[in-house]
Amino acid sequence: MRTLRRLIRDRSALLGLIIVAALVLAAVFAWPLATFPQDVTNYDPPHRLLPPSGTYWLGTDRMGADIYSRLLFGARITILIAVVATSLAVLIGVPMGLVAGYYTNRVSDLLMRISDVFLAVPQIVLAIAIAQTLGPAIQNVILALSITYWPFWARLVYAETRSLRNEVFIEAAVALGASPLRVMALHVLPSIASSVIVRTTIGMGGTILVAAALGFLGLGPPPPTPEWGRMIAESRGFLPQAWWYATAPGVAILLVVMGFNLLGDGLRDVLDPRLRRGGADAS
Amino acid sequence: MRLLAMVARRAIWMPPTLFGLVLMVFAISHVIPSDPARVMAGENAPAEQVQALRHKYGLDLPLPRQFLRYVGDVATGNIGTSLFTQRPVAEDLWARLPATLELALYAIVIAVVVGVPLGVVAALRRNSVLDHLVRVVTITGLAMAAFWLAILLQLLFSMWLGLTPVQGRIDGWGPDPITGFYTIDAVLRGDWETLGQSLRYLALPMLTLALPAMATIVRFTRAGVLNVMSSNFVFYQAAMGIPRRRVVWKYILRSALIGTLTQIGLIFGNLIAGAVVVETVFDWPGLGSFAVNSILQSDYNAIMSFTLFIGVVFILVNLLVDVAQAVLDPRGR
Repeated sequence: MRTLRRLIRDRSALLGLIIVAALVLAAVFAWPLATFPQDVTNYDPPHRLLPPSGTYWLGTDRMGADIYSRLLFGARITILIAVVATSLAVLIGVPMGLVAGYYTNRVSDLLMRISDVFLAVPQIVLAIAIAQTLGPAIQNVILALSITYWPFWARLVYAETRSLRNEVFIEAAVALGASPLRVMALHVLPSIASSVIVRTTIGMGGTILVAAALGFLGLGPPPPTPEWGRMIAESRGFLPQAWWYATAPGVAILLVVMGFNLLGDGLRDVLDPRLRRGGADAS
Repeated sequence: MRLLAMVARRAIWMPPTLFGLVLMVFAISHVIPSDPARVMAGENAPAEQVQALRHKYGLDLPLPRQFLRYVGDVATGNIGTSLFTQRPVAEDLWARLPATLELALYAIVIAVVVGVPLGVVAALRRNSVLDHLVRVVTITGLAMAAFWLAILLQLLFSMWLGLTPVQGRIDGWGPDPITGFYTIDAVLRGDWETLGQSLRYLALPMLTLALPAMATIVRFTRAGVLNVMSSNFVFYQAAMGIPRRRVVWKYILRSALIGTLTQIGLIFGNLIAGAVVVETVFDWPGLGSFAVNSILQSDYNAIMSFTLFIGVVFILVNLLVDVAQAVLDPRGR
């Protein structure tokens, strides 16, 4: 509760929180909020490529569908991909990092070497390779992103666990006969949870950007799924006339990623007093 | 000598990492798909064609033997053959590398030249209007999808204002290659018209790539300067009466830039990654558009080779960054 109150007092973190909340609301209430919910799958050729107006708030696309309504349903896709892919990456990366950081043996070296290999290729390139192999589908995008992103959490947790390894409270727990699993789960993990939460929040933004890029390249969920990146790709054939077609989904991506980034920065300030903004602001 | 030892220590890790990379690409291309030959041939290919491909690429061999074969190929420089053109992918990638490097290098130069002073000034005038403005720009720059920014710039500068070409790298054929960088080749030949033209083509893709890189550089420089400013040696220098300007631009900057430099390896990766989508929008004939064309043609071999190629380039860049950092910052050696 105190965390939340301090978060709200930070104006940019509050903005981030509002944006993220709005995204969730848009996704949950896409049906009632949409002005033309049936447009997401239906064609309406007579109304194609209309500029924004009182009826079509953000204009219509090449199929005559209302872009505002499609954006709302697209929020569902975005959230689904970001939440599931990031959670999977956390579920793989955190235990790996814990084990590698807690022990100092060959296994921990090997685990970190493996994560180095994944980090040796830029995320989007790796995600493209995996998504291309698996074929365009939403579950494949999720899989590609989680395989690509887990090393970030493994690295972070590894570094934090290593630095805690020699702390007195960890040594005390070991001396009292606690099993390694118990020490990791009940003593190390709670101490590093805040960094993991911060990294996860900012990571959501990164995942959304890469997912949109995959959609833009045609590797995302197939049409007529209202995926934001694909919408921008489709709009390219109708420029410069249909400027609204390209603009609206891009603004949606921008706002959502910014929301997660601001929230992440704010959470870091609140949860991690060592890294107050202005100090090591950018880490 | 200690520098040399440090480089050697880093270099020792390269072969295992490279091996891991080869193993990973092999796994993506041969182990994940239940039938790689089917993926290569496409959904609707007849069974005989799939069978022929399977035999041609040795996909009917047991996996360990396939892997040995793959490692042997890669070790001799054959990272794959395009299914579409039947040409070795490595040749195409080499031919396209200068285009991407030219773009990436200009982008990183712009990002550093604009980003470092902005970061320093934002830190010196903390919480001023300028600082807030810089913050808004960096936050936006980091949250924008590169392909979207590319389309917006294209819409504004090329389609509406008509200031820059919409797509491409040059009119007709480029200058005869010396370095493969059109701008440098044009200067070397004294061909100012070509230089002007290639700069006009470069402008938008370069800006698109530079913005997120600049945002990262500003953030790290600002944070680095603020960190160093609160340290004892700055306090001491001020007390000694050394002019503030000299303290800031000489002593603070040098310490603060180490953090920024660390990021350059990462930023370079982001640039290459950004190039994949940005090159598509501007039809820039580099590595990125090669990759995207391969995706469109379902040229599975080409994409795997591209992944491997980028991985190798990336590992080398990271090694260079480590060395550069060690030269600048003796503490890390």
